[in-house]
Amino acid sequence: MQQAGRLTSLLQYILFALSFLVFQPVARASEEGNFNVGEMIMHHIKDAHEWHVAGPEHGGISVYLPVIIYDNGLKVFSSKHFYHGLEVEVPGKDGAKYTYMEGVGPAKGYALYHEEIYKLEQIGNYHGQPVSVLEFHGEHPHNASPLDLSITKNVASLLMGSFLILIIMLSVARFYRKNGAVAPKGAAKFLEPLIVMVRDDIAKANIDHHKYHKYVPYLLTIFFFIWINNMLGLIPIIPAGANLTGNITITLFLAFCTLLVTVFSGNKNYWGHIFWMPGIPVPMKIFMIPIELIGILTKPFALMIRLFANITAGHIIVLALISIIFINKNVAWAGLSVPMALFISVLEILVAFLQGFLFAMLSALFIGAAVEEAHH
Amino acid sequence: MDLILPDFGLLVWTGLVFSLLLFLLAKFAWKPILSAVNAREQKIAEALELAEKTKAEMQALKAENDQILKTARAERDGILKEAKEAANGMVEEAKTKAKEEAAKIVEAARQNISSEKAAAMADLKNHVAALSLEIAEKVIRQELSADDKQKALADKLATEIKMN
Repeated sequence: MQQAGRLTSLLQYILFALSFLVFQPVARASEEGNFNVGEMIMHHIKDAHEWHVAGPEHGGISVYLPVIIYDNGLKVFSSKHFYHGLEVEVPGKDGAKYTYMEGVGPAKGYALYHEEIYKLEQIGNYHGQPVSVLEFHGEHPHNASPLDLSITKNVASLLMGSFLILIIMLSVARFYRKNGAVAPKGAAKFLEPLIVMVRDDIAKANIDHHKYHKYVPYLLTIFFFIWINNMLGLIPIIPAGANLTGNITITLFLAFCTLLVTVFSGNKNYWGHIFWMPGIPVPMKIFMIPIELIGILTKPFALMIRLFANITAGHIIVLALISIIFINKNVAWAGLSVPMALFISVLEILVAFLQGFLFAMLSALFIGAAVEEAHH
Repeated sequence: MDLILPDFGLLVWTGLVFSLLLFLLAKFAWKPILSAVNAREQKIAEALELAEKTKAEMQALKAENDQILKTARAERDGILKEAKEAANGMVEEAKTKAKEEAAKIVEAARQNISSEKAAAMADLKNHVAALSLEIAEKVIRQELSADDKQKALADKLATEIKMN
């Protein structure tokens, strides 16, 4: 009873934080004069080399993350050398003007444009000094990029989220190690039903009874990784709030893992169904081969898109609703925008769980189909 | 556009971190947690099975007890019945014996009476005979007091004998 109360108050705190802190990026963008909703939202949901906390875009409070590039040797320096570098405006071929940040100090010779690092190209000399710029052909610079292995906002979030999962799960494991097979308490009491759900309702329900054990650790990791990172994404302040699970790279990697597990688990029956579908005429069998081969890829592709689109959409909706106030430049609009954003945020808590569950569930379904024995 | 394009650096980091996370969780978290949960589930299943078994055993024991009680009761009834029968038998026997005894006594008494009677009769007969003899003596004496009378008697007796 007391624990339930504590949980409720924690939830209340999260909701409170959500409804107020979500103003942060929006308020920041509007201080700079021309308020561009699309740009603000895109800036939030995309990756960055800094972690903005408060204040204006330049000169506000920000955590500058380390830049790691490989360009004729490994170079490591703070992203401060870009954000506090030289702001350069160049004309493009189409007549439009492009602004990028030229690195200073250890970042000299590189430029940051739309969170992408480019190598500057020398175009001439001015008073004996070499002049290097980014050359724009259309929207994107023409310059080459070094291999960028920076600890970006998403990488930092990934590290912290993974560390959090590890801490939680190891503490749960320690409880069982210490107490043996007893009724769970504390974190174990809360997490055990979820672990058992993944084991029974996801793994056991979709994968052959004799084979499912092998896949439970993978499905558990997938489920908790997605769920906990989704939840962290909903908390709109450092060290949480990055759009990690709404990043295509993350969802691509997770879907690729499921693809690998499926392909390497596939038995004779599975491949038989792909390359020589039983029960249909021979011309149809040949016709089905490319369709089935594409099917191998479309399944994880759908996983990738589903998670990316759901989480990104959640972040966009909350920010867009809060933006209503700043578009109209009248605090009275909060009466409309805050309840709506709150409603969506609460819905996102459900979506956070649901997407983790779905990803694990569908992964189990694909693995289950790959290891299924012939039964006709 | 770059929203839907994967970033190589992030992909490298994700691969590294996720693989490490999967390895560490599988080895140090999922394995002990799942084995503990499985062990507990097995323990609970075993306990339930044991409870079921004990219940069945208890039932069997109760049935056995009932059976024993029933037999004991039947035995007791048998013993009581037997005892009653024995008692009745004894009473009956006693009665019969008493009757027999009584009959014997009566018989003895009757025999006694009849023997007494016979004795009395014999006595009486003897007495009567003696009396008759005396009377006959007296009569004969009187008859024989004269000769003619003596002769007449002799004749008469002779006739009687002859007639016989």
